[in-house]
Amino acid sequence: MQLTIKYFGMLAEATTITEEEIHTDVCSVAQLVEKLKNQYPKLSDKDFKIAINQELVDQNHMITTETEVALLPPFAGG
Amino acid sequence: MEKKKPKNVFVQGAISSDFIGTSIAKHQTKTSIGAHNIFLGQVRADEIDGNTVTAIDYTAYEEMANQKFYEIREATFEKFDLTCMHIYHSLGKVNAGEICLFVFVSSPRRKVVFEALEYVVEAIKADVPVFGKEIFEDQTHQWKQNS
Repeated sequence: MQLTIKYFGMLAEATTITEEEIHTDVCSVAQLVEKLKNQYPKLSDKDFKIAINQELVDQNHMITTETEVALLPPFAGG
Repeated sequence: MEKKKPKNVFVQGAISSDFIGTSIAKHQTKTSIGAHNIFLGQVRADEIDGNTVTAIDYTAYEEMANQKFYEIREATFEKFDLTCMHIYHSLGKVNAGEICLFVFVSSPRRKVVFEALEYVVEAIKADVPVFGKEIFEDQTHQWKQNS
C-alpha cells in the first residue's frame, strides 16, 4: 500500500523533504518509524509524535490502509 | 446538527495592533457582553549563549491545526458560558516584539472570561501542531519547544 509521509519543522530539516510517498506492507507505527529512521539516520535522535489522518496515535497502532502519516516535532504554538 | 468546517485560524506574518483594535470595536454591537479578556502572545528576544532571538518563523500542519483549534473552541463553549471567541495565530516570520497569537473571549460576566482564556491558551500550547524556528541575529537558528 502507499502512504503519504509528511515531515514538519526540525524533521523536515533533518530529512530535507516535507513530504514523500512510500510503499509498505501493513505495519505498526513503531515499525514504520524504524524504517524511516533507517532511511534518515538524523531522525534517530529527534523527539516526535505520529499523527494518522490528523489524529495522534501510539506506537502500537496498526497502519492497514493507504493514509497520511505526519511526523510532528514538539509543538511551539503561541 | 450539521458539522461546521473548521475556520482558518492562521494569518500570514505578525498580528497588528490595528487588527486587534478593529476586532474589539466589532463587539460594540454585541451588548449582552459585559467582559472581554484578551491574550496576546509576543515573540520574546531570548538570549541563548550570547545570541539573541530576532524572530520566530512559524510553520504548522495546517489541516490538523485548524481541526484542533476547532475542537478547542467547541470544548471551551461546552465548558464556559461564552458569548463569543476568536483565535488567530501567525504563520511565517514574526519579529521579536510582534504579536503571534491573539485569543479573544467574551461573556456577560468577568469570572468566566478569566478562566476560559487560560483554558484556551493552555490547550493551544499543548495540542496544536505549530512549529517555531527561532532565528538568531547571526542567522543561525534553533527549534522552539513549548514547556
